[in-house]
Amino acid sequence: MRARLLLVAGLALLVAADLALPRLLNPYYLTILTRIGVAVLAAASLQLVNGFTGQFSIGHAGFMAVGAYVSAALSVYAGADWLAGLSGALPAPLARGLYFPLPLLAGGAAAALAGFVVGIPALRLRGDYLAIATLGFGEIIRIAILNVDSVGGARGFSLASPSQPGLDLRYEGLGAIYAVVALSVGVIARLVYATGGLAFRAVREDEIAAEAVGVATTRVKVEAFVVSSFFAGVAGALFAHSEGYVHTNSFSFIRSFEVVVFVVLGGLGSISGAILAATVLTAAPELLRGLGEWRMILYSLLLIVTMLLRPQGLLGQRELVPSWLRRAAREPHGAP
Amino acid sequence: MENFLQQLLNGVTWGGIYALIALGYTMVYGVLKLINFAHGEVYMVGAMTGFYVAHALGFASQPSLAGLFVTLAAAMLACAALGALIERVAYRPLRLRGAGRLAPLITAIGVSLLLQNAGQLVFGADPKFFPSIIESRELLRVGSIALSNVQVVVLVTALALMAGLEFVVMRTRFGRAMRAVSFDAPAAALMGVPVDRVVLGTFVLGSALAAAAGILVGLSNPKIDPLMGVMPGIKAFVAAVLGGIGNIPGAMVGGLLLGVVETLVSGYLSSTYRDAIAFLVLIAILLYRPTGLFGTPQTEKV
Amino acid sequence: MRGQPRRRAPWLALLALVLACGPDTGAGGSGAEAGKEPIKVGHFASLTGDTATFGQSTDRGIRMAIEEINARGGVLGRPLELISEDDRSITEEARSAAQKLLQRDQVVALLGEVASSRSLAAAPEAQRAKVPMISPASTNPKVTEVGNYVFRTCFIDPFQGAVMARFAQGELGAKRVAILFDFKQDYSVGLAEFFRNTFKELGGEIVADERYTSGDIEFRAQLTTIRAANPDAVFVPGYYTEVGLIAKQARELGLDVPLLGGDGWDSAKTLEIGGAAVEGYYFSNHYAADSDSPKVRAFVDGYRKQHGEVPDAMAALGYDAAGILADAMERAGRVEGEPLRAALAATRDYDGVTGRISIDEARNARKDAVVLKIEGGKFRFYRSVPAS
Repeated sequence: MRARLLLVAGLALLVAADLALPRLLNPYYLTILTRIGVAVLAAASLQLVNGFTGQFSIGHAGFMAVGAYVSAALSVYAGADWLAGLSGALPAPLARGLYFPLPLLAGGAAAALAGFVVGIPALRLRGDYLAIATLGFGEIIRIAILNVDSVGGARGFSLASPSQPGLDLRYEGLGAIYAVVALSVGVIARLVYATGGLAFRAVREDEIAAEAVGVATTRVKVEAFVVSSFFAGVAGALFAHSEGYVHTNSFSFIRSFEVVVFVVLGGLGSISGAILAATVLTAAPELLRGLGEWRMILYSLLLIVTMLLRPQGLLGQRELVPSWLRRAAREPHGAP
Repeated sequence: MENFLQQLLNGVTWGGIYALIALGYTMVYGVLKLINFAHGEVYMVGAMTGFYVAHALGFASQPSLAGLFVTLAAAMLACAALGALIERVAYRPLRLRGAGRLAPLITAIGVSLLLQNAGQLVFGADPKFFPSIIESRELLRVGSIALSNVQVVVLVTALALMAGLEFVVMRTRFGRAMRAVSFDAPAAALMGVPVDRVVLGTFVLGSALAAAAGILVGLSNPKIDPLMGVMPGIKAFVAAVLGGIGNIPGAMVGGLLLGVVETLVSGYLSSTYRDAIAFLVLIAILLYRPTGLFGTPQTEKV
Repeated sequence: MRGQPRRRAPWLALLALVLACGPDTGAGGSGAEAGKEPIKVGHFASLTGDTATFGQSTDRGIRMAIEEINARGGVLGRPLELISEDDRSITEEARSAAQKLLQRDQVVALLGEVASSRSLAAAPEAQRAKVPMISPASTNPKVTEVGNYVFRTCFIDPFQGAVMARFAQGELGAKRVAILFDFKQDYSVGLAEFFRNTFKELGGEIVADERYTSGDIEFRAQLTTIRAANPDAVFVPGYYTEVGLIAKQARELGLDVPLLGGDGWDSAKTLEIGGAAVEGYYFSNHYAADSDSPKVRAFVDGYRKQHGEVPDAMAALGYDAAGILADAMERAGRVEGEPLRAALAATRDYDGVTGRISIDEARNARKDAVVLKIEGGKFRFYRSVPAS
């Protein structure tokens, strides 16, 4: 019950934030906060596969790219007209609020499909072979997108519709973005910490034993992969719609590595750890701007030192959440 | 037909480079089960060292085979030291703490980033022209297929180094220790094999080979820059997995094969698909022969 | 873990250090006289990362211009202060770098970027903030289409692509041309596209269309294919980072036809890495470093003295972009906002290092191009091509 009240309160807060923040913070900070939101979602979604199911995937950026480009293409080639139509009938914020989930879902669905296509063959592999296969798929996806002219290729893709030139297809409402992120993370947490979610961790701990006791390990792995890709796609779609311009350069294997670092640094098997790491590591390069060329050197040193001093990551497998939230994640609907 | 042979020649030369780098990956993986992401940067440091040494010792203005040997030796020594340093500082502490497989991986990524950025700071971000330590001459021309002395040097050196490594691994005590640790590290330790020293030696060897690759690339494709190791690093790792990661002849064959496939794809299809197809081939091999071309199928004991 | 002493202190200290660096100091600019409030100008560029060499060059050119301007008394009696921010060659970072300059540093004008993709990422922010942005080197026509606060002081792809197409056909009599372009850089893709279109319109034939990726060092596969197509010339609209090697490998393969290029070739590296292989090749550029013009001489000599090498196209373009900005400020009598924007739009016949520059209605630069020939290990002026 308390969880519900807090949920509603949280949502109200986010809506208020959506309206107030642009007046309080300048666009630079809003951008950083948006990027943190995207990073958090990317990390949480990867945590499902790497942390909870124990499958070493390092091609996450590929799925984010699919989400980004599919959602952007939808908005540019069809969505703009729908949005324009809606804005004619409804007040603008409401129209935008109604439209926005569409590209997100489209991006997520496309990424989930990609995840399925990649997962079925890749998940037959183990350990480092799986890693290199996912890395390969991530690059293949990126190169494939680079070859599609209608989404720009090397020129990048602007969120500007040819049929509705003046229409701003961006979505920068921080409250809404965080609502999406929070909702997604909640779904992932629920998936993992509910009783059925033990299957993921069973596969992680000992796949053969799990198979032996009747866990459908292949199905579990593919499920984790598809769900993870879905949310990666949503993160990509959020990214595309907040930046307003996408380029495949943003989805290289370096980006995949960055997300892996979030997950491992935060602690494999800790959603809150991944969130924490994603936040700190996304904000760090911006905070370190004053250092000029030493910025990236310090960032990499930070990485090395943290791993040397605390290899299990910041939180290991623990979660940094109050107990009521823990219970809410575990219990089915309506339990007090 | 001539075209095809030329492409094949290009591919084999390039494959030799991949093979040299792949060997380092495969050896380290064999003994540590660690993907040393920083390896590509060791290759870069090798090329940079060669650049500075060649200029400092005047080989740039006076090309000679002796100059090549000295430069090669200097770069291999420098990178051997670098590899040892990385192992001691970044990986050993984690190994001694029993930190699992992923923490060292992240550290490796950190070291890779560090070297790239420090490289840009120290060496400057602009591309450098690698000096012609040996003068480039056309040796042979069959129709339109050209063979230059540089290509011969690259191939011969690569093969010689690979043969040398094979000798060390198969015929020396150290090599035997290395194979023992690859096979079963705890058992080897129990049998008195100094595992830490073996690991250090492995890094030293692998790094020296990467340095050699850097020099050879500098000779045949004389443009070097601090980020030159990123893509070749990944490709070489792919080559190592192709051949069966942990398997030394596998890395050699994997490297050569990858070089040839890439060149043929670049020439006959499009270089934009080059990287994608390299990965596709890899994935296909992984699916149908998961342990790579030469790897021994691992039976999992329950 | 049992028995593990807590070793968080050093880690926390590092984290504290990271956070403490938050309020950035901002790269200092050149001399702010006591009492005279400096005019803050922002430059966002790829100072590290893949294309660091371009960003750094541009920054040097801009800095040199600003130092010279300040030495002459500044703009409207006030010194210019340059604040440079690094975007690490990453597309979205260009946007946050620009935002940082706009919102935190409150710059009155923005210079940047070299890569069209990064200019496109950042331009909407400048437009939104109503701060004039001048790109010194982005050639994709879309950049200035973002809004009326976005300008550029370089050629756009349609113009430059056509220049070399006409040169190939008219001057070299080429009927069959092969193209080898950098698939990863929008500059190269754009230039190749317009060359292709113009050359075909002129009745020529594109016999091979090969690609490479920037960072590549091996081009023999593509060059072998090009050789087999037997072209009269090869158009290589890439950056100097690859051109040298491409030339060398082409010669090795016996491909002896002329190679043609765009202003991306303009750098001492092309000569250094290409060596004898680039002799006899042509490329289009903004200016000729061997020009007699005193302005060019002063720039080249001054740059060489400061940095030990001949300036490349990025440095020259950066230099001019800064110069045009200062000139517009003087003309407007104001240093920001709409008056500055209008003055920029009204730039006519600015005498820059990279030519006589006028800003047209599309906010692009109209200036003549030159075709340079590589002879005797140097770039030599060959022919001038008037702005259409």
